[in-house]
Amino acid sequence: MNKKTRSYVEFLYILPFLILVALVAYYPLYGWIYAFHDYMPPKPISSETFVGLKWFAYIVENPVRLADIGRVLVNTFAMSGISLAFSWFPMIFAVFLNEIHCRPYRKFVQTVTTLPNFISWVLVYSVAFNVLSSTGAVNSVLVNLGLIDKPIAFLSSKDHIWFKMWLWLTWKNAGWAAIMYLAAISAIDEQMIEAAKVDGATRMQIIWRITIPCLLPTYFVIVMLNLANFLSNGMEQYFVFQNNFNRKTIEVLDLYVYNIATTGRGNYPLSTAISMLKSIVSVALLFITNTVSRLVRGEGFV
Amino acid sequence: MTVKTAPVRAKKHVNPMNRQSPGDKVISVITYLVYACFAFVCAYPFYYIIINSISSNTLSERGKVLFWPMEIHFKNYSRMSTIPGLLDAAKISVLRTAVGTVLTVLIAAFLGYMFTRETLWKRRLWFRFVAVTMYFNAGIIPWVLCMRNLGLANNFWGYIFPMVVQPFYIILCKTYCESVPRELQEAAEIDGAGTLKVFFRIMIPVIKPILATIAIFAAVNQWNSFQDNLLLMTNRPDLDTLQYKLYQYITQANSLKALVSNTTNSNAVMASLATAATATSIRMSVTVVVVLPIMMIYPFFQRFFTKGIMIGAVKG
Repeated sequence: MNKKTRSYVEFLYILPFLILVALVAYYPLYGWIYAFHDYMPPKPISSETFVGLKWFAYIVENPVRLADIGRVLVNTFAMSGISLAFSWFPMIFAVFLNEIHCRPYRKFVQTVTTLPNFISWVLVYSVAFNVLSSTGAVNSVLVNLGLIDKPIAFLSSKDHIWFKMWLWLTWKNAGWAAIMYLAAISAIDEQMIEAAKVDGATRMQIIWRITIPCLLPTYFVIVMLNLANFLSNGMEQYFVFQNNFNRKTIEVLDLYVYNIATTGRGNYPLSTAISMLKSIVSVALLFITNTVSRLVRGEGFV
Repeated sequence: MTVKTAPVRAKKHVNPMNRQSPGDKVISVITYLVYACFAFVCAYPFYYIIINSISSNTLSERGKVLFWPMEIHFKNYSRMSTIPGLLDAAKISVLRTAVGTVLTVLIAAFLGYMFTRETLWKRRLWFRFVAVTMYFNAGIIPWVLCMRNLGLANNFWGYIFPMVVQPFYIILCKTYCESVPRELQEAAEIDGAGTLKVFFRIMIPVIKPILATIAIFAAVNQWNSFQDNLLLMTNRPDLDTLQYKLYQYITQANSLKALVSNTTNSNAVMASLATAATATSIRMSVTVVVVLPIMMIYPFFQRFFTKGIMIGAVKG
């Protein structure tokens, strides 16, 4: 087999997988055309259902819808903003975890705090439900101690929902996110720390002057990724935690898009139009943050 | 960022008299305590659910089981197979995890390997074609509509095909394959082995460590997957996974109550009140069943963690 034939044969080997990628990753982009039609399943779209920019205009012209989207954007910005504002938490978590010199204890803490990362949001919700329900562990303890008279409805209230969502997100992810920083800490040059110790630096000084500055490049990438995903909180967490009490304040963009397509009569074109706009903004954010990263670090993350 | 760039105002906050050990000791004690709290917050909920699922159902219903199991019984588990649909959901979950993991790993290994072969026609182009899909997505609704068009909605393969080509994993395999000495492949090729033979006989054994990592993460993803069930399997309750069933048990308290009266109260005379099924007992025991596989493989895959997190850090 000569070289030319061989290279085509090898292409034929990967062709089925390329087609699969085209179908599951590229073809959904074609689904954006539903935003330009009056689509009501099961009737397929055709030239008769084509309505041009009707749904995009509808977003802007319908005051109720516009107010709705404003509310959803506030939720999205609030939740992403809180995540961003506390994005240093896993780093600090790792830094002080590294200060624990008793290895078995450190290993234990790391093991236990990483576990929640590997369970699904449904399970997180189940855990939350079981622990926080009116007869759950938290309310039982609080009532027994006489701190409260009647159980607190943690999950079926709209109070502090943004912060609660951040708490659950952190409960699930912080231990895992810390692992990356722990890897970066172990890469710090021992000699630097030894030299500081010889000069009489305290542990806090070593942390503040050596460890944290060494972690900042990693942290910077995390912040940039956070910014790139500012509009994409995902829907799963908010979907499982949403109920009739908190719906107004928990609805982020991803969940809103799902809700308008599935509740009531189901407005697929409107949902598609909004998610199309979101995708475009997200890609733009990715480009911007990547450029910023390239300017600051001399290297992008894409 | 180096040490030198930090502003020089050292020793300000620390009393010079007890600079070294006492201050450090205080930090140590605080650190130990704070991390004990973190560990408790992460571990206790699981412990709480497990002890409640094996305790007297009347006590757990009233929130009395907090520290250790009380009046232990295993009826909640032995009764599980009588909960309608649960066994089928478990089968679907296991099946999709098995099939999905095997395919994901094989595809990642094969494409990762092929993208290192310089003979491949337009190699760089196809690699980019696959890798770039990490950075965009159409949004869930267009995705659902297109999956419906492809016939993947209400079809078991809807769990599999959209998830098996993972650019992250492919890049990981590609990087690993690149670190394998060229001579290994060349020797085999001189002996007359073709592309596929080199892949199966030479590369797969050599890149096993990375495949193990990928397998574990792919399996956890498949097991935990909920969204595809929710979005695609709208008319096929028989294809529901354990995750989805659990979600239903938590959110649809009314149907759960009906379930409870169907499963137990028929032989309630036989069962004492302490072991009779309640909404809480079903919720908790199903939670344990769904979380158990993760906990069981957890000790084995801890050593893959650092590699796993690098999955997110590698570049194409």
